[in-house]
Amino acid sequence: MERTGIHELSAAYALDALDPADEQVFEEHLSRCAECREHVAAFHEAAAELGHATPAPAPPPQLRDRILSRVRAQRGANSAPLRPRWAFRATAAAAAVAASAALGLGLWAASLRSQVGDRGQVIALAGAQGSLAVDPDGRATLIVAGLEPAPIDKTYEAWVIEDGKATAAGLFKGGGNPTAVRLTRRVQDGAVVAVTLERAGGVDQPQSDPLFTTREPL
Amino acid sequence: MGRDLAHLSDEALVALVARADDAALAELYDRFGRVAYGLALRVVRDPGLAEDAVQESFLAVWRSAGRFVAERAKASTWILTLVHRRAVDIVRREQPRRADPLDTAPVATAETTEEEAWLRLRRTRVQEALGQLPDKQREAIELAYYGGFTQSELADRLGEPLGTIKSRMFVGLARLRELLVEPGLEEKQWNAQEFTS
Repeated sequence: MERTGIHELSAAYALDALDPADEQVFEEHLSRCAECREHVAAFHEAAAELGHATPAPAPPPQLRDRILSRVRAQRGANSAPLRPRWAFRATAAAAAVAASAALGLGLWAASLRSQVGDRGQVIALAGAQGSLAVDPDGRATLIVAGLEPAPIDKTYEAWVIEDGKATAAGLFKGGGNPTAVRLTRRVQDGAVVAVTLERAGGVDQPQSDPLFTTREPL
Repeated sequence: MGRDLAHLSDEALVALVARADDAALAELYDRFGRVAYGLALRVVRDPGLAEDAVQESFLAVWRSAGRFVAERAKASTWILTLVHRRAVDIVRREQPRRADPLDTAPVATAETTEEEAWLRLRRTRVQEALGQLPDKQREAIELAYYGGFTQSELADRLGEPLGTIKSRMFVGLARLRELLVEPGLEEKQWNAQEFTS
């Protein structure tokens, strides 16, 4: 097991013990490092054993009923078709996004998703396979499958677009399967998130058309 | 009604949940709800908040089961991972100044049924494995997992350099895994994962 530097954080990640800044860095790393994904999967297994080691009093019986009634209510809601309310140009998407990328969202992605919680949202992307997960406080994680690594002199740049204004929300290299990026800006209701390919180092305002965007505003 | 799901594996149940089968979710809850609640209660140390954590986790299972199917992880690991994450989020939100979780661990209930005997056996096994770790490794892992402390909070609390805490956590958890997962099985899984990554 590799345990120097960032690889060493895989244990704390599986214990949910990383500080927020480390967690962001590590999740980005995880999208590129197959070895760390293996370690996290293995460490989650060990951590779950710890979960089995707690005294387990029976939960109140009404908890089961509450969960199942919530689930049945959600099933009704899920069957309504989503209405695309936003059309954003996704011209260069085909060049950047592999056509048949499998969504290899691992156990770690499930834990990302769980951070979004009950009141969070997950919005599909247009122009790429993947989604944007937003927790109730507006913290957002972008997960994209099959995104080729940016050319050496370029970077992917994320944007939060509100009221027609784009604000830079982080740079990333891509190439992970999947690529996961925690946005550096919070995302509010009505916002759209877009990604462009820009010169290395990033830019203040988008200089090119979006490669992909969220399918609809929050 | 009356469909018997008891013979299905945990993973098969998750696959059914991915197809919006609520009876399969109920079966998963019957298998893991108790352990989930015990874990959540240990971390948040409040029955109402523990219920919140379990509820949110099972709703997350419901919504994201489709993404689990392709994975090689055990369903029980996945579910407890979700429960733990929710519990830690809640405890960090609700209790910025936490008491020592090890002082206030809930007392075990009287255990009489077969399920309870099995849970107790499993608990004993984990506690024995924890007992084989050097004290400081065990302390770091227990405070992180059961107490919801982050690495830097632990470094402050224990008066140790952050690098020391990171190292203890990694070495300790790696050792724990060796102790708790059968060696033959472990080797097979690691090899398989190399090919699929």
